[in-house]
Amino acid sequence: MTKKYDTPLLDELEKGPFPSFVTEMKKAAAKNAMAADELGLLEKSFRDKVTYWKHGGIVGVRGYGGGVIGRYSELADEFPNVAHFHTVRVNQPAGLFYTSETMRFFCDLWDKYGSGLTNFHGSTGDIILLGTVTDNLEPLATILSMNGFDLGGSGSAMRTPSCCVGPARCEWSMIDTLDITYDLTQEFQDELHRPAFPYKYKIKVVGCPIDCNAAIARADCSIIGTWKGPIEIDQDRVRDYAKKGMNIQEEIVNLCPGKCITWDGNNLTINNDDCRHCMHCIAKLAGALKPTPPFGATILIGAKAPFVIGATLSWVVVPFMEMKPPYQEIKDLHRKWWEWWSEYGKNRERIGELILRRGMREFLEISELEPAPEMVKEPRRDPFFFWKEGDLEGKPWEKWLK
Amino acid sequence: MPYVIPDVVDVKQRKTDIGPPHYKNFLPPVIQKNYGDWKTHEILTPGLMVHIANSGDKIWTVRVASPRLLSTDTLREIADIADKYCDGYFRFTTRNNLEFLVSDESKVNPLIEELKAKKYMIGGIGPRVSNVVHTQGWIHCHSAAVDASALVKCLLDDLADYFTTKETPNKVRLAVACCTNMCGAVHCSDIAIVGIHTKIPRIEHERFKDLCELPTTMAACPTAAIIPDPAKKSIKLKEEKCMYCGNCFSVCPALPIKDAENDGVAIVVGGKVGNLRTPPKFSKLAVPYLPNNPPRWPEVTKAVRKIFDAYVAGAKKHERVGEWIDRIGWEKFFDVTGIPFTWQHIDDWTYTFETLRTTAQIKWVKK
Ligand code: HEM
Ligand code: HEM
Ligand code: HEM
Ligand code: HEM
Ligand code: SF4
Ligand code: SF4
Ligand code: SF4
Ligand code: SF4
Repeated sequence: MTKKYDTPLLDELEKGPFPSFVTEMKKAAAKNAMAADELGLLEKSFRDKVTYWKHGGIVGVRGYGGGVIGRYSELADEFPNVAHFHTVRVNQPAGLFYTSETMRFFCDLWDKYGSGLTNFHGSTGDIILLGTVTDNLEPLATILSMNGFDLGGSGSAMRTPSCCVGPARCEWSMIDTLDITYDLTQEFQDELHRPAFPYKYKIKVVGCPIDCNAAIARADCSIIGTWKGPIEIDQDRVRDYAKKGMNIQEEIVNLCPGKCITWDGNNLTINNDDCRHCMHCIAKLAGALKPTPPFGATILIGAKAPFVIGATLSWVVVPFMEMKPPYQEIKDLHRKWWEWWSEYGKNRERIGELILRRGMREFLEISELEPAPEMVKEPRRDPFFFWKEGDLEGKPWEKWLK
Repeated sequence: MPYVIPDVVDVKQRKTDIGPPHYKNFLPPVIQKNYGDWKTHEILTPGLMVHIANSGDKIWTVRVASPRLLSTDTLREIADIADKYCDGYFRFTTRNNLEFLVSDESKVNPLIEELKAKKYMIGGIGPRVSNVVHTQGWIHCHSAAVDASALVKCLLDDLADYFTTKETPNKVRLAVACCTNMCGAVHCSDIAIVGIHTKIPRIEHERFKDLCELPTTMAACPTAAIIPDPAKKSIKLKEEKCMYCGNCFSVCPALPIKDAENDGVAIVVGGKVGNLRTPPKFSKLAVPYLPNNPPRWPEVTKAVRKIFDAYVAGAKKHERVGEWIDRIGWEKFFDVTGIPFTWQHIDDWTYTFETLRTTAQIKWVKK
């Protein structure tokens, strides 16, 4: 029997239609002493309105510099079974697909070596096994590897890459998000498992500009599928939408940011030259409109949360890149980026912050990328720009004035 | 593949850097066959969609809410249900929903019946509220100014109808982050809640010496509020500069900032990540502070509901919260929601000069 705590405050969170995390904790607490103390500790946090976790300590497994978040309770005397309550990050299968057999393996493993509590998934994408003790870490990692699983990233390392469901179940995916994620994860195992960067580095891959994995907001490198061919139109299906009550003029034509769609009540036309590739028309007229090749990805860099300079969204650095295995171009770029960042980056400085500090020009130059209008919302507004030796060599204006 | 958990583990045998298993091992046969070859999909009900391949093959997806924090008991139950109706196949979404993948149409309705009987909350597909991206909170993090799972529970209890049945003008993406580290996608959500502090960190000079590095601690501060205190081998705080972000505590445990009475939450609105129609946007401050009031945070659910209802009433079809606000203007947003505009709403950090109004275009909302 595990210890039973009175939890009048948490009990309130078992009411209502949304599935209750408290019920989950109680299920685990009924058979696991760590989960029982976790529940008791949480009730105390609810009563006192503060967290009772200490700053993480450094714990890990042999050969790895990350994958485990050390966590210790401030109230180890009162709740001895959560004195240690470390999180193990397990690299998820790309696309977050599972079989029942795999899930039972995780259950057996975690009932034996942990609290029985999990997160499917952490916001980075990892499977989060919540709550174990230091002594269990080596056996856990060993059993995971025997069964084909490995730890995810943490600390100043490449974090576990993740993606949208992509070609596995989405008609709009213009790149193989699962394969790219798998391939990059395998390629960069060392960077994932042995923190050697100034700070964390995240890669997220999505199949189209709808961005179902929030790549543009949550990843230092956002890989967003897009297309260059015309949008193919099935006029009969468009008419079906109109018949079923869609106001094509208002809902499609007027909301197109390129102002490039017309509808005469019978036929839809798109001036593809002016399309901004936003996906609105394609998503709203599912099955009627279809992007066509060439397919590839827009590569953006720099998104991060507000610390220290304020939140950023990623910036376009490669407007269009073909994404064909073995994805050499993106791998080569990463190696250049990481080398530059490791050389100049300060401790806890994200790559986007370093770009701001040293300038986009330097970043593009070390990437061997040429400036392009697709990289900016608008050109600079001031007349204070740097010149480098050579910029005016060969009188560049003569060429375009011809 | 058969999984093994030996009684005796030889940890020296561990292989390193094998990476995750290949995703193909987990894809249902119909997905393997039609991988990358889907034609279209239809949303049949708020919790059911069917994807149709160019080959004519179909796969049905039944989506249910998950609290993300799951016990092994529940995971086993999910596995059993998947065995019964889905040949064992299921997945999670990036917003923590659970999706059962059904290849045999005749099993769709029995699956839904069983899920209903077991009180699963079915829905979340299409223009409505989906699950809430969130963080660890008091369950597992030292940095948390508020709990996250509880806020998610309270919000979605209140908005349950909009997950299971009712529609909204477009998707409404909610997020909760329990501190300004914002491990969730708070800065770009339609409506998001972030845990905040309102008092400066306390300096434990004795512990500072042993636990913290001076340069790292100073560099962590976005406003340069931290200066050395050589006499104490510790630091001093320029109080007037501190905006209580807690980043110093992230690098230095001797600067605790948690505060039972004064911690609380802010609500930010109008962010989006998709490129549809308008470019991705950051969320902006709507409500600067509401108190921590566990277990159900009634002030927070009420405030979110005010914003949510104003959006549902005022937005045109396909407008996300941020697009709706852009159209009506912020003065009108504060007018229709009744939220007071305060000192805290005016940026005095890094974005002042981008956020002040530089036009005489103004809507008169107060007669
Ligand atoms: C500088 C900023 C950040 C700091 C200092 C920070 C710190 C932490 C800490 C201490 C934890 C451990 C929580 C636990 O004990 O389980 C954690 C968990 C996590 N953080 Fe962050 N975090 C930061 C930003 C972010 C951001 C921006 C993201 C996402 C984009 C993120 C994603 C996660 C994820 C996925 C976890 C695992 C648990 C979960 O999913 O909630 N973090 N972070
Ligand atoms: C000050 C602001 C922020 C900080 C300090 C921060 C910090 C972090 C940290 C430390 C992680 C780590 C995760 C991990 O351990 O894998 C993380 C993950 C994440 N953050 Fe933030 N974050 C911030 C803002 C944001 C914002 C504004 C967004 C979204 C719009 C965002 C979206 C994410 C997402 C989606 C993840 C998951 C990432 C992942 O799965 O890798 N974060 N963040
Ligand atoms: C009108 C625009 C949108 C359409 C038509 C659309 C359509 C879809 C579809 C069909 C799916 C299911 C994909 C699948 O798993 O097969 C999906 C999933 C998803 N979408 Fe969107 N989407 C739109 C906008 C957005 C936006 C703006 C976001 C984020 C801010 C977003 C986030 C997600 C996420 C996270 C998922 C994964 C499933 C889930 O979490 O519930 N979507 N979307
Ligand atoms: C390096 C920066 C700048 C310099 C050296 C500069 C210099 C000048 C000079 C010498 C004049 C003429 C005064 C006169 O008529 O005797 C002038 C006028 C003016 N400048 Fe600037 N200026 C600069 C930037 C700007 C900027 C950034 C703006 C606005 C955004 C601006 C707006 C104006 C306006 C509105 C006038 C009056 C023009 C008129 O009479 O039509 N200036 N400036
Ligand atoms: S990002 Fe695009 S390709 Fe990926 S799941 Fe979403 S809609 Fe599909
Ligand atoms: S994808 Fe966007 S910009 Fe292009 S035609 Fe459709 S709505 Fe217009
Ligand atoms: S948002 Fe803050 S408190 Fe919450 S898990 Fe992340 S670091 Fe911890
Ligand atoms: S809480 Fe933030 S602003 Fe205040 S001293 Fe610490 S790092 Fe600086």
